Amino acid sequence: MITIAGSGLAGLACAYELARRGAEVTVYEKSARIGEGSVSRYAGGMLAPWCEAESAEAEVITLGSRALDWWARITPVVRRGTLVLAPARDRADLTRFAKRTEAHQVVDEARIAALEPELAGRFRTGLHFAQEGHLEPRKALTDLASRVKEMGVTLHLGTPAPAKVTLDCTGMSAPLPGLRPVRGEMAILHAPGVEISRTLRLLHPRIPIYLVPRGDHHFMLGATMVESSATCPPTLRALSELMNAAYTLHPGLAEASVVEVGAGLRPAFANNLPQLVWQDGTLFLNGLYRHGFLLAPAMATRTAEMLIPETENADHRERRTA
Amino acid sequence: MRLYDSEVTSRLLLGTAQYPSPQVLMEAIRASASEIITVSLRRETAGGSGAGFWELLQQLGARILPNTAGCHTVRDAVTTAHMAREVFGTPWIKLEVIGHSDTLQPDVFALVEAARILSDEGFQVFPYTTEDLVVGERLIEAGCEVLMPWGAPIGSGQGLLRRDGLRAMRAHFPDVPLIVDAGIGRPSDAAEAMELGMDAVLLNTAVAKAGDPVLMARAMAQAVEAGRAGFEAEPMERRDMGVPSTPVLGLAELM
Repeated sequence: MITIAGSGLAGLACAYELARRGAEVTVYEKSARIGEGSVSRYAGGMLAPWCEAESAEAEVITLGSRALDWWARITPVVRRGTLVLAPARDRADLTRFAKRTEAHQVVDEARIAALEPELAGRFRTGLHFAQEGHLEPRKALTDLASRVKEMGVTLHLGTPAPAKVTLDCTGMSAPLPGLRPVRGEMAILHAPGVEISRTLRLLHPRIPIYLVPRGDHHFMLGATMVESSATCPPTLRALSELMNAAYTLHPGLAEASVVEVGAGLRPAFANNLPQLVWQDGTLFLNGLYRHGFLLAPAMATRTAEMLIPETENADHRERRTA
Repeated sequence: MRLYDSEVTSRLLLGTAQYPSPQVLMEAIRASASEIITVSLRRETAGGSGAGFWELLQQLGARILPNTAGCHTVRDAVTTAHMAREVFGTPWIKLEVIGHSDTLQPDVFALVEAARILSDEGFQVFPYTTEDLVVGERLIEAGCEVLMPWGAPIGSGQGLLRRDGLRAMRAHFPDVPLIVDAGIGRPSDAAEAMELGMDAVLLNTAVAKAGDPVLMARAMAQAVEAGRAGFEAEPMERRDMGVPSTPVLGLAELM
């Protein structure tokens, strides 16, 4: 029996990979509902390993490139790529972004208009990362919870985990040295007049933003990165910067209703990469930082392989004896 | 180099923002051998704390120079300085009062006023200023013992846009430590600032946003060292004509 503390993204992804390998799994979640206490509810839900590599270690590509297929088995994944843009005055940022990433195509004004007609005439050049996609984080998490329940995983909601568990996936609540919070602030917009079909990123030296379509003319606008443990709602400065940048991207967003604003703390280690750590007989999966949906599948696979290595080795043993 | 009551060996000061990760940042600072690092204390951290990040920085053992980056008013800058003193336990403050959000040019009027308030309160102020000599004088009257003129707008990487202004500043303030803050993009810019006789260089984006921040940090340290040595060694004068470096008299006549 494997016990997991936390039914956030990491906990549920691990439950899935463990159950898939035939393990008996019980998950404890102190919140009453799935996703309620999880920072992933504020995530963009971008599955964008190549874009992320601009500021992350190359490992993010290796670990993240199969995330789209993994999630597509569980929840709807939109595979329309990412369009990276910059205002004319910040072209240097686009050049830098192109230099530091791969798997993209340089697109001109006409191609941008073909991809996203409402952006026609607004940007002279951009980068299209055709292989990337996105999902709806809150739906993805509940879909994942339903799936693991179907697979026989026991899920105790509103129940704090026992003192000792096999696997701890409690994010910032975990007592791990070197884990720090990176605050992110976001907003959800409803813009009935705006048609955007893929994730857009607008580069800016101070306030880079992304806009992720959530369907039904809803858009997630994110996100700040502040080295802070503050859990208060977003600041006026953060929101005005995000929204100014969104307006630069598409003036039609000026008419959007701000449906929700939120702030969460991303758990991160010093290298901003996730880690699996043994501490006092418990395995901790933590530090997914801003790459939760992207890296949870690969990290859950690693976790499962660490906790039930026999399943992996079974094939080798058979081959050896054959 | 003496900055207020501290003796400092490294003439390269590094900022700590915009790195791909704290780990890269720490490796870059180690590679640069900087003894002073600047840390931004954004006001929105007030509700919580940036302790996780600051703890990592404190592991480096470098002296922390908190800054008031992003402040636009005297009041804002003074409040941020108070918070910084509390958090980092240092009287040092890099004083930035931004006058224009696009060029990030300092508001020198508010700067002088804030510098006076903070100096009177016992802070040791490092003001981010322009190369204007009168502003420099006012800052010194206000209590500043260091001046930090810009090379170019913050984050622009344009290098030194007003060399003559910096030269004049050096001549006008022969005994005040001058630190070029902002605008350095490449090692050659840093070396040039040092050759002009500046006492030190403060930079951030040029290292943080380089393809390999750690290698660039080392390159900047070498450039600063080379530029300073070049200044102290007193470069030769430039000439209009070529002058052979070997004697021409007494050579055998060629047919």
